[in-house]
Amino acid sequence: MINFNKFYKLFNLISLSLIMMSIMLLFVKGLNYGVDFKGGTLIELRSNDKKISVTSLRYSFGNMNLGDFNVKKFGNENDFLIKIEKKDTSANAIEIIKKELRSSIGDTFTFRRVENVGPKVSSELLRSGIIAIALSLAAMLFYIWIRFEWQFSLGAILAVFHDVIITLGIFSLFNLEINLSIVAAVLTIVGYSMNDTVVIYDRVRENLRKFSDIKIYELTNISINETLSRTIITSVTTLLALIAIYLFGGEILKGFSLAMIMGVIFGTYSSIYIANPILIKLKVSQKTIIKEDT
Amino acid sequence: MLYFSKLRITLVCLVTLFFIYIASSNFQDPENSFITKRINLGLDLQGGSYLLLEIDNGPVEIQKLQNTTTTIKSFLKSNKINFYDLRIQDNKIIFSVSKNDIKVVENLFLDKESEINPYYSQYKSHQFDLLNQNDVFILTLSKYGLIEIKTSSQDQAIEIVRRRVDEVGTNEPNILKRGNNRILVELPGLDDPMRIKSLLGKTANLTFRFVTKDNNETFGVETLQFEDGVNEAMVSKRIILNGENLLDAQPQMNSQTNETVVSFTLDRVGAKRFGKATSTGIGKQLAIVLDGKIVSAPVIRDTIASGNGQISGNFTFQSATDLALLLRSGALPAPLNIIEERTVGPDLGQDSINAGVVALFIGFLLVIIFMFFKYKIFGLIANITLLVNLFLLVGILTLFEATLTLPGIAGIILTVGMAVDANVLIFERIKEECSNEKNNIIAFDTGYIKSKTAIIDANITTLIAAIILFFMGSGPVKGFSVTLAVGIFTTLFSVYFIARMLTGLYVARNKEKDKLI
Repeated sequence: MINFNKFYKLFNLISLSLIMMSIMLLFVKGLNYGVDFKGGTLIELRSNDKKISVTSLRYSFGNMNLGDFNVKKFGNENDFLIKIEKKDTSANAIEIIKKELRSSIGDTFTFRRVENVGPKVSSELLRSGIIAIALSLAAMLFYIWIRFEWQFSLGAILAVFHDVIITLGIFSLFNLEINLSIVAAVLTIVGYSMNDTVVIYDRVRENLRKFSDIKIYELTNISINETLSRTIITSVTTLLALIAIYLFGGEILKGFSLAMIMGVIFGTYSSIYIANPILIKLKVSQKTIIKEDT
Repeated sequence: MLYFSKLRITLVCLVTLFFIYIASSNFQDPENSFITKRINLGLDLQGGSYLLLEIDNGPVEIQKLQNTTTTIKSFLKSNKINFYDLRIQDNKIIFSVSKNDIKVVENLFLDKESEINPYYSQYKSHQFDLLNQNDVFILTLSKYGLIEIKTSSQDQAIEIVRRRVDEVGTNEPNILKRGNNRILVELPGLDDPMRIKSLLGKTANLTFRFVTKDNNETFGVETLQFEDGVNEAMVSKRIILNGENLLDAQPQMNSQTNETVVSFTLDRVGAKRFGKATSTGIGKQLAIVLDGKIVSAPVIRDTIASGNGQISGNFTFQSATDLALLLRSGALPAPLNIIEERTVGPDLGQDSINAGVVALFIGFLLVIIFMFFKYKIFGLIANITLLVNLFLLVGILTLFEATLTLPGIAGIILTVGMAVDANVLIFERIKEECSNEKNNIIAFDTGYIKSKTAIIDANITTLIAAIILFFMGSGPVKGFSVTLAVGIFTTLFSVYFIARMLTGLYVARNKEKDKLI
C-alpha cells in the first residue's frame, strides 16, 4: 500500500501556488481569445505556390489596411492561418481580401475556411461559455451534495476548480487560443475530474460504513489504494484516446485534445491530492454519513 | 445474477445486431440499402456556409410609429376630439388634447377593445403604453408591442430569405429562426457564400415614382442618388407602384439596344395603375427606385397598358439576374446584417473526416491493445463490449439522423477511452472480492453489485456536463455533447448487458479456477 497522504501537505502547497500563479496569469496576462470570443475574421488559406511564406503573406495582408492581424503556419507546409482583429462583417469584406490577395500573390491559393464573427455574437458566445462552465460546476456541486454529504461536495468542487483554473493558467502561460471547442474541453474536464473523484469518494463512503475505528487520514489512504488501479487504467485509456486525437485528429482538434490531456492528468491528481485531503481537514467520520443514512 | 435466460440473451443479441445493421447502412449505397437513414454531416465536415443574420428592426419601428401617427390623426378626427402638437420624438408619439377630452382619450386607448391600441390578451398588455402628463399624451411601444413587431418582421423576413436562397438553388438549405430577431442560414456544400450574402444584404424595396421639379408636391419630395453615386434627381414621395405589384421578373437581352434589362410583369392592380400613370404622365420621367437609389429614370413615351415593362440600367447579365431574383422574391421588411459567418471548403471537410477516422482507429487500437495486455480474457470481453458500444453509438446517431461534427468525432473517440472505465471498475472490484471470497460466482456477483453506485455516479456527472453543453453550446460543439451523452447510455447498456453476459458465461465455465481475473 502506498502512503499517499504522507505527501499531501507538500502537494497541497504546490497546488495552491499553481492556482495562485494561474489566477495571477489570468489577471495580468489574460487569455488568448480566438475569433469566437473576440470577434474578427479567421481565414485558413492553402497555397499551391511553394514560394508563398508567412513573411510574404504578412506583407500582402499588411498592405490591405486591415488593422491588427496575425499570420501563422497551420499544420501543413502550405497551410496558413490568418487572424484579423477588425470586426468587419460587411457582406463583401472577404471578397475584397480575396481580390487584393489575388493581385499581390497570384491566383494560387484557396480559402479552406473562413470565420467571421461580429462583436455582438462574440460577446454572447463568451458569456454563454462562462455561464455553461459555472452552471456545470453548480450542477455537480448539487448532485454530489445530494448523493453524499456537503463535505464531499466541497472537496469535489475544489478539486474540479483546481483542474479548470490550472488548465486555463497553462493556456494563458503558453498563449494558447481559447475558442468554442476549449469550452467544450473544459466542461468535459469538469465531468471527468468529477467522475474520478466520485469513484474514490464512493469507496471512502463504503469504508466509513464498514470501519468505525479507522481515522479518516488512514481511511482515505486505504480508499485511494483500493481504487488506484482503476484510476490508473482509466486515465491511461482516456489519455491513449486523447493522444490519438492530438496526433492524428487534425489541426482543428489540437487545442481541444491538449486541454483535455492536461485536464485528465490534473483531474486524476486532484482526486487524490485535493479531494481527499479536504475530507481529512473537515474531519469527516462515520458520524458524518451515519446521520445521512438514518 | 449469473444466469441469463435464453430470452434475454436472444434479445440482447437482436438489439446489438439491429444497431450494427443500422450503423452499417451509413457505408452502403443508398440505392440498394433497406434503411435510408444516414448520419448527417455537420457543415464543418461536409463543407458549407453558416450565416447568422440579424434583422435591423429600427426602420420597422419608425414605420410603425409613422403609420400609427397617421391613424391617430384620422381616428381622433372621426371621434371629434381636438388635438394639437401631434409629433414623433425619440421613438415616442406625443400629442395634446384639451382638458375635457382627457378621459375620453384615455378610454379610447386603454379599452381592451381599442381599435387604435390593440390589446394582446395573452400578454395582458396593449401595443402602446400610454403616459398622460396633464394634457400631454405620450405613446411608447410597450415591451410586447416591440416583441410583436419583431416576431412579425422575423416571420416575413424568413419567408423572403427562404425564397431568395431557394431561387439560387443550393443543396438542401436549412433556414431557422433564432431568438426573435435573428435568422440562421445553413448552406451545405456552398464554399463561397459571396452571392447569397449580397442577395440577402439587399432589402429590395422597389418603387416607381415620378421625377419632379416641383418642390411643393402634396406628398412631398426627396432628392435621391442614382446607382452610379454621382447624379441626383428630385423624386416625388408618391408611390405609383411598388414591388408587391410584381408578378414576375426576368433578365432579358433587349434585341434593339443590345443591352441587358430586367423585364417585369405586373398584377392586375399594378397594370391598371401603371397604365394610368403612363397615360397621364407622357413626357415625364419615371424613376425606378431600389432601396433608396434610382436605378434608372426613363422618359415615358407611350401608355403601357399591358402590365409589362423593362428596367434598364447598366446591368451585366449577372446583376440583371440577381435583380430579377430579388424582385421575384419580394422585399424584406427590414435590412438584414450578417453578424456571424463560418464557411468551410469541401476539401477541408474531407480532410477533417479522414483525420477523425484515423484518430478513431488508432485510439481504438491503442485502447484494445492496452486492455488485452492488462486483463487477458477479461480484456477481450471488454474489447468486444467496446466494439459493440461503438456500433450502438453510431447506430443510435444514425437512427436519429443526428448531425456529426468534428468535435462530435472527438466525442466518439473520447467515449472509446472512457467507456472501458465501467468495465475496469467492475473487473477491479471482482478481483478484490476474489481475494477474500473462494466462490468465484459469489465474487463475481458482489463485484457487479458493489461497483454499481460508483459507475452510476461517475456517468451521471459526465452526463450533466454533456447536457449543459448541449443547451449552452452552439454549432459543432453541440455535436460533441450529443455523442458524449449518447455514448454514456450505450456504454451502460453494453457494460450491463453484453459484458455481463460474456463474463457470466466465462465465470460459469471456470467456477473452480483459482485465479479468475
